[in-house]
Amino acid sequence: MNTRSQILLWAAQRASAVVLALCVLVHLVTVIYAVRSGLSAAEILGRTRGNLAWGGFYALFVAALAVHAPIGLRNALSEHLRWRGWTLEAAMLLLAGVLLVLGLRAVWAVFA
Amino acid sequence: MTTLRVKVWRGAENGRFQEFEVPRLESQTVLDVVTHIQRSLDPTLSYRFACRVGMCGSCAMTVNGRARWTCRTHVANVAADNSLEIAPLANLPVVKDLVADMTLFFDKWAKARGKFHPTKTRRDGFARVAPDSAERLLVDAAIECIGCSVCYSSCDVVAWNPDYLGPAALNRAWTLHNDVRDGARRERLAAVAGDAGCHACHTHMSCSERCPKQLAPTASIAGLKRATAAAALKGEL
Ligand code: SF4
Ligand code: SF4
Ligand code: FES
Repeated sequence: MNTRSQILLWAAQRASAVVLALCVLVHLVTVIYAVRSGLSAAEILGRTRGNLAWGGFYALFVAALAVHAPIGLRNALSEHLRWRGWTLEAAMLLLAGVLLVLGLRAVWAVFA
Repeated sequence: MTTLRVKVWRGAENGRFQEFEVPRLESQTVLDVVTHIQRSLDPTLSYRFACRVGMCGSCAMTVNGRARWTCRTHVANVAADNSLEIAPLANLPVVKDLVADMTLFFDKWAKARGKFHPTKTRRDGFARVAPDSAERLLVDAAIECIGCSVCYSSCDVVAWNPDYLGPAALNRAWTLHNDVRDGARRERLAAVAGDAGCHACHTHMSCSERCPKQLAPTASIAGLKRATAAAALKGEL
């Protein structure tokens, strides 16, 4: 991988970290609110189904995670297992894809 | 008179510690202890020093598990129970006893383009750099490095990623990046970016914690991260 891509990966990880920090905060507040007000699963689904704002928010959350996690894992694997090169890049790309698909499927389940 | 129990590394990579008893003296430094062993107990002990006043950067060793400059490390501050363990610097090959092979350390300075690239000749006048200009202040904060490798030996990322340029070389590159007279700034940014360069730093700050000159290579590396990211986004790298 060329130097420019390595720099951009680093920048993408920092940027996604900022998004994740905000998303986690909003998510936690939402969970606490839902639990405190004793919302049932049906009531929660009633609010999320067809709600573009919630759907969009959680899709962004998933996207940020799919960017952030594989870049961090790439560093950890190359530092501790000395795993480098295209096999590592391919594996991390695959991981990003899996995270994205699983995450978006979950978002779809509460949206559609 | 109290005596110090001193364990000293002997041999190369697969050597062992040898124990010596050294008289404890007032205002004694760790370098004094090593010198006493070599002059009075075992002349075959190898170690390195030159200035004895914290200027040359050649006397660094691992003292009780931490990299330190030995000429300015007082025994009183490190040997609580009158015992010392002195080993060569970590993260570098051992030549013999307390002498680490610094080749790779300085090769990385060259790789990080740690050399000044002049833009003028001796026939031009003096460059004027205002002492309070933003660049000059950044240089001032990082320029006093004595090349001792204490930071390099204290950095976990160097241990995990042998290609990593390390704190000292990157700190040097940062001073030149802010030198308004230098003509190779873009090439230098390209040399210090990426997985083996500044982006590998985890901001652990062991380097800044242990640098005997109280420099902050971590801050210099953060500066390089910003400068390289900006250059990459602008398409200059
Ligand atoms: S701040 Fe960076 S260079 Fe300094 S010790 Fe930590 S990882 Fe190494
Ligand atoms: S930055 Fe500090 S610890 Fe590192 S080589 Fe220079 S003086 Fe030594
Ligand atoms: S002998 Fe020169 S810095 Fe210690």
